[in-house]
Amino acid sequence: MRLVLEKRAEASGRMAILSPIVAILLTLVTGGIIFALRGLNPFSALYVFFVEPLTTSWSIEQLIVKAAPLAMIGAGLAVSYMANVWNIGAEGQLTAGAILGSAIPVFFPDFQSPLTLVLMLSLGVIGGMAWAAIPAFLKNRFGTNEILTSLMLVYVIQLVLDWLVRGPWRDPKGYNFPKTIAFTDWQLLPQFQLIPPSIGPIYVNLGAIFAVVAVLALAFMMGRTLKGYELRVQGIAPRAGRFSGFSREKTVWFCFLLSGGLAGLAGICEVMSTVGQLQPGISPGYGFTAIIVAFLGRLNPIGALVAAFALAISYLGGESAQVALGISDKTARVFQGILLFYILACDSLILYRLKFIGRTPKLAEVKA
Amino acid sequence: MNDQLLSVILTIITASTPLLLAAIGELVVERSGVLNLGVEGMMAVGAVSGFGAALLTGNTYVGVLAALVAGALLSLLFGFLTLTMVSNQVATGLALTLLGLGTAGLMGESFVGQPGVHLERLHVPGLSDIPFIGPILFGQDLMVYLSFAIVAGVSYLLFRSKAGLIIRAVGDSHQSAHALGYSVVGVRYLCVMFGGACSGLAGGYLSLAYTPQWVENMTAGRGWIALALVVFSSWLPWRIVVGAYLFGTITVMGFSLQAYGIGIPSQLLSALPYLVTILVLVLISRNRALIRANTPACLGQPFVPDR
Amino acid sequence: MEYLLEALHVTKVFGTLKANDDVTLKVKPGEIHAFLGENGAGKSTLVKMIYGALQPTSGEFRWMGKPVTIPSPAAARKLGIGMVFQHFSLFDALTVAENIALAMPGAFDMKKLSERITRVSRDYGLPLAPTAVVADLSVGERQRIEIVRCLLQEPKLLIMDEPTAVLTPQEADQLFVTLARLAGEGCAVIYISHRLEEVKRLCHNVTILRHGKVVANVDPEKETAASLARLMVGGDIHVVKSAREDQRGATRLKLDHLRLPADGPFAVELRNVSLDVKAGEVVAIAGVAGNGQSELFDAVSGERSLASAAMLVIDGKPMGHDGVNKRRNVGAAFVPEERLGHGAVPGFTLSQNVVLTRHSSDEALVKSGMVSSGGAAGVSQRVIKDFDVRKGKPDPEARSLSGGNLQKFVVGRELDRKPGVLVINQPTWGVDAGAAATVRQAIVDLARQGSAVLVISQDLDEIFEIADRIAVISRGQLSEAYPASELSSEKIGLLMAGAHELKETPHAARA
Repeated sequence: MRLVLEKRAEASGRMAILSPIVAILLTLVTGGIIFALRGLNPFSALYVFFVEPLTTSWSIEQLIVKAAPLAMIGAGLAVSYMANVWNIGAEGQLTAGAILGSAIPVFFPDFQSPLTLVLMLSLGVIGGMAWAAIPAFLKNRFGTNEILTSLMLVYVIQLVLDWLVRGPWRDPKGYNFPKTIAFTDWQLLPQFQLIPPSIGPIYVNLGAIFAVVAVLALAFMMGRTLKGYELRVQGIAPRAGRFSGFSREKTVWFCFLLSGGLAGLAGICEVMSTVGQLQPGISPGYGFTAIIVAFLGRLNPIGALVAAFALAISYLGGESAQVALGISDKTARVFQGILLFYILACDSLILYRLKFIGRTPKLAEVKA
Repeated sequence: MNDQLLSVILTIITASTPLLLAAIGELVVERSGVLNLGVEGMMAVGAVSGFGAALLTGNTYVGVLAALVAGALLSLLFGFLTLTMVSNQVATGLALTLLGLGTAGLMGESFVGQPGVHLERLHVPGLSDIPFIGPILFGQDLMVYLSFAIVAGVSYLLFRSKAGLIIRAVGDSHQSAHALGYSVVGVRYLCVMFGGACSGLAGGYLSLAYTPQWVENMTAGRGWIALALVVFSSWLPWRIVVGAYLFGTITVMGFSLQAYGIGIPSQLLSALPYLVTILVLVLISRNRALIRANTPACLGQPFVPDR
Repeated sequence: MEYLLEALHVTKVFGTLKANDDVTLKVKPGEIHAFLGENGAGKSTLVKMIYGALQPTSGEFRWMGKPVTIPSPAAARKLGIGMVFQHFSLFDALTVAENIALAMPGAFDMKKLSERITRVSRDYGLPLAPTAVVADLSVGERQRIEIVRCLLQEPKLLIMDEPTAVLTPQEADQLFVTLARLAGEGCAVIYISHRLEEVKRLCHNVTILRHGKVVANVDPEKETAASLARLMVGGDIHVVKSAREDQRGATRLKLDHLRLPADGPFAVELRNVSLDVKAGEVVAIAGVAGNGQSELFDAVSGERSLASAAMLVIDGKPMGHDGVNKRRNVGAAFVPEERLGHGAVPGFTLSQNVVLTRHSSDEALVKSGMVSSGGAAGVSQRVIKDFDVRKGKPDPEARSLSGGNLQKFVVGRELDRKPGVLVINQPTWGVDAGAAATVRQAIVDLARQGSAVLVISQDLDEIFEIADRIAVISRGQLSEAYPASELSSEKIGLLMAGAHELKETPHAARA
């Protein structure tokens, strides 16, 4: 018996919807088996991991806090990957955005006005774009592989961040801790009440609103506009894209600046809310997890929003599982990796159908 | 001075060997037309498996073997997805990296801070004692010699044997290879597993010889640098040696300069290998004709035989 | 042993499609046996089963009188069956000897093999240099590799799939000599073709297939080309009707010393290509594949930009610097050779594919940056109706259409705009006779309405059917364009082989 794939005449619409769901289910089953092997009750462990994060208003607030940057970056990456532009350095662009935006409070700690907020956010976007512009430029000018360059730049910018917070930007009153001064007032994102206290107060910050706006705008762009059409054609059939008169170079620029800008925005939003200052480790790998978000969302911005919540749950679940079950919070990252594998495998079934065939004899047989 | 130079050279060899191992494996994978971006993940799992096995058994060679097997097993997962399920190779390679790093982190939790076992260097009586060149030529650990043997073997295999001809053919045109009756998927599975085994070895070398301990993220992007080295070599085995030792040298230079306390931020020196990778990629990519003529034509293309 | 190979009631089913239906035929040793049929008649499926690449659903094969199963090409080769594919199974980056070694069983000795290649290829009049890299060779030379690869295994049966489609007439003549010699030595040849004249000339026996069934087995000497054609198509062939009066107008498309550097190590450089195409005429560019046709298409369509604007003039406007959309906006339309992936996006529906080439020229399709799906569906419905595009559902994905129907759609999408200039590369490649006739008629009709049409084609029959003037491209250089009535196949063959290349001075096309 051998497992082979057979091309379908047309993409299966049913599998396109089922694929992420099947992938999540398979991940849960695999997770259950892993827990069982570690001697835990798989059902209660899965409950702690994947359901408990949804049960309290505090945890839902945390969920939104984590889902927002994932959705923002993931939607941008989804658009890029759709166009066959492989930006995998979002983590670096996030860091670059955080650094550039933080320049305002570092150099002008007393500059406090609504303009501070706008400036910091804008610089965040610009920082992400600038860092993403490097691989885009190298790709267009020299044909350099953007996967490798964008990734190398992650390491570089993280070292830059390390140097800044240990050196020139270090808080002089910070007892030599590697961090800048703490941000205050207009240097932090305002919070909004999403759900009134009568139900259980849920506050969200401006970052969550940016994420939703970005996702909707990108979904509109991909679904309705010529730009979206262009990006999709370039991704599926580059030759047809050229025949259609679309410029590959412009697409590379567009995708890197878009996804880099969104990653930069996510970065500055992180330091302006959850972290509250610039320091090493401002992101628990959002830029990399967003790759999974993009694929789990089937490279669709709305899908990325949904996927961002699924992955945010795994982050929170990892934290609560550590407390409740004593298992490592690194389990979450393994789950995320497994999930991505399943989603890629299931995605194949959109274009192909699985078939088992019997063993074929190897040599010519002369029948008696 | 001689002693210092000697120790620098020995460190360079230790720093270059993992890059050499990972890159030569990936070269074979890419020659067969498959792009496995998961080198970093396989290295990480190789590192933690090698470290763990050596720690538990007390035998470094068991560690080496464990690293090899772990890398090969992980690559099998990649092979199943990209070859059997025909998934996107770029995405699956990224997935392998993320899964590998995550799994290695989880597996290695109990090893953090444990003192490791050091892969012993050979000692050939007489020869190893020759001043200066003795330790360099005859006093390395087994893996260093193995890495060169693998390069020589790969070079011979690819260009002097039928098996190598088949690998190159499959990478050049999987449709033609299929039409001639070769099992494209079978050949690629073998190559992917060879690449995985080499990446695993590379990881094992990190945790058994380079810094004999387990630290999370100790691969530090070396898998990606190895991928860049394959492009740098324009898919020719011996050029991998040049590339790997160039990078090994740069890494060690960074550390040495730090040790001398020159007024350069240590972060800049640490960033040197990554910056040089980008620079090298730019220089090599500028020559588009060379890249095009040498890139296996089917690199990264999915293969589904026609009915 | 009377017969070398017998197929008895062989049927092959793909899903719901019967590619071969109860096929019975017999091949004698030393016989050149033609399989004649249209695209899609089941010839390729049948030979793939004989070569072991496919397995029959039912029925059996007999080899030298004994029933056999042929599970793989390797097994077929072991029996003594060799095959030369239409799309060669060669490796561009490898040498001639390496390509051949891949098909040879037994010990791996490149030196000995190279000597044998030199000897055998010389003996059969197919000279080859073992160390040459395939990418540097012409299509004719590549075919020689395929043939020599088979000959080295001393086959008893050689299958050739449309071998002359890629050859100049002179190269084809040489091939016929080789095949006749092989047959004389006792090797049987299965010769797949849809070219009637060469079948009549070369073959001893003809099996005609239609819709997967054997409809006749005849002696070619007793048939005329017309009677063979009727058997093949199952009725009279559609003849393109053209009111061929001389009503040529002004020059609408002008290539003026067009030059384009090679785009990579295996590509062709265009050198001083000059040609005028006037309103009301169809000009065809003949040539063997790989002599710069696709480069010329890219240059004319604007997918690759030219060094000077004056190299390409449309309706009096120099447009060499302008991209494909600007050229479309002044009334030009382009149909590339490759339908899937170039002319159409495989995974997009037909109406989405309308947008591909018309987003800048049709205001109804894109309004302030937004794609109007209603507008696209309207155009798509019109094209489907006008060109009789057959499909399974209202708006299917492009990849689900048959070659002929997709080609009708891709051509119809452009003709629907009533373009002033149409450039079309290989208009009927791999398309069934019905669709081919539709496309050719539409091309001629467009020209008669006052458009200028440039056709790039390898199919000489097609060129003579529709072209008013013919130019020949070889190694990136274009010959003068001659009136079709003044050209024989002979003359075209000489031009294909590069007879015009020696002239150093570039030549403008004369009407």
